Amino acid sequence: MSTLADIPMRFSLPGLGRARGVVNAALGIGILLALWWGGGWVVANNDDLFAFADFAPAPTLTRLWEMIVTGEVVSMSGPSLMRVGLGLLYAAAIGVPVGITIGRMKRVNEVANMPFQFLRMISPLAWMPIAVMAFKTWDGAIIFLITMAAVWPILFSTAGGVRRIDPAWLKVARNLGANPIHMLFVVILPAIAVDVLSGIRLALGVAWVVLVPAEYLGVTSGLGYAINDARDTLDYAQLGAVVVVIGVIGFMLDWLCMMAIKKFNWLREDH
Amino acid sequence: MIVTRLNETAADPAAIAPAERIVKPIRGSHVAIRALSHAYRRSDGLVLKDMDFEIQQGEVVALLGRSGCGKSTLLHMMAGLTLPSQGEVVINGNTLRAPSPKWVMMFQAPSLYPWMTVAQNAALGLRFSRRSDEIAQRVPEVLGLVDLASFADRNAQELSGGQQQRVALARSLAPSPEMLLLDEPFSALDAFTRRALQKDVRKIAKTLGLTLVIVTHDVGEAVRMADRVLVLEANPGRIAEDTQIALTEDERSGGSEPFQNEHSRLMGIYSDVADMSDVPTENDFAQL
Repeated sequence: MSTLADIPMRFSLPGLGRARGVVNAALGIGILLALWWGGGWVVANNDDLFAFADFAPAPTLTRLWEMIVTGEVVSMSGPSLMRVGLGLLYAAAIGVPVGITIGRMKRVNEVANMPFQFLRMISPLAWMPIAVMAFKTWDGAIIFLITMAAVWPILFSTAGGVRRIDPAWLKVARNLGANPIHMLFVVILPAIAVDVLSGIRLALGVAWVVLVPAEYLGVTSGLGYAINDARDTLDYAQLGAVVVVIGVIGFMLDWLCMMAIKKFNWLREDH
Repeated sequence: MIVTRLNETAADPAAIAPAERIVKPIRGSHVAIRALSHAYRRSDGLVLKDMDFEIQQGEVVALLGRSGCGKSTLLHMMAGLTLPSQGEVVINGNTLRAPSPKWVMMFQAPSLYPWMTVAQNAALGLRFSRRSDEIAQRVPEVLGLVDLASFADRNAQELSGGQQQRVALARSLAPSPEMLLLDEPFSALDAFTRRALQKDVRKIAKTLGLTLVIVTHDVGEAVRMADRVLVLEANPGRIAEDTQIALTEDERSGGSEPFQNEHSRLMGIYSDVADMSDVPTENDFAQL
């Protein structure tokens, strides 16, 4: 007869308990830093590439620290955040109402589906020449490109959320004398809040990616401009530092969206 | 003055207090169904044909029939959620054309809004009819009436199925309706919870003087709750029998001889009307 104690234990990592999330996140960042450092070491020791050695962690992080202390980080990311913020605002202002309409009205959805899918597949950057011609200011063109990138995830996510609304919720509201305004603000919008926010989270990811190449256009501020400028002046430590800043801000924005989704999610997993 | 208190043994004293308040009796709706026929589409056959009946103020009426006999459609029309293709529903002398919180329907699923608390759900009818100033007084009152006063601030999802259906009842009662229309609202609940709710809903309706219309295919439910039963025939739906249930409140809890007699009598009518010939009997199963 074998008892439980006779069964050989398989090798396993020590249990981390509540620190697990933090430890694993630190582990991931550690691996990324090690790869970066290794890459920098290879570049520095290669005769053809050593000119780019400033990409390595040490020069990059030194430069980043300077940028933080002098406030340069704030002055370069401020305009970028402004542009992404406005682009997302316009995208939501278009995407949410249109999404609700195509989610509620089958006929409209059938008409709009083809053109929307067609437009969605066009790279936002392909609109660049048109944007430049259509808008008086560079800022206007950049915000237009971000809006074009961000509107689709918000629109489709909103429409999907509306389609998943329990029809009984609408019947109950109608039965209790709700008018269309009540229907929208008391039933539909709260019911789809999480879908809209998930759409905004996806849109933010795309918008943040589109931002940098969009800021190669004419403007003399923002993170994209800083990247372009660093390349032109061969300041690779600066270039590396801006890349880190872009990554960190993107991560933080995504985290904010995630927190908002958590706050507005009415579904209780434990029930 | 009528004091309502449903559950004398409620453990939480806070749960009792609001129920002790005085709830004003309401005058129930008078309903007249006039020459009503209905088809879902013009090309389809009639689901309901030549319906003509009246429901008196404060009466509890059960519409008993097999699924597909149009009883639920008829109830939707009495709520103003569906309009009949011919004929009319006249409530208190006026032809019904739109839903109103004066005649509220309750469905099989409680369909509470999961992003709201119990109290917010119960307040919906008042909110929709621009009577938000009454919420603070009325919501605790109706939650007390259904024995859920201590659950006011809980999320609707944290409640059991029976409790959720009680919240749906409170939600229907909050705008002080004249009539409740119940579309098999207890069929998803366990037998115990179902009996308790059947009893409570009848008691509330009688206390407040509400007209109550219950759609059901359960003969026991009809006998327990109704003063009068309309037995419906299917294809097309029409009234085959109109019969009174003569039982005292005590006899309605079941088990008594008068209850058994009424149950068998109604079961007999129902079997004849519903044409059970296509339903397999025990004999059919034995042959399998």
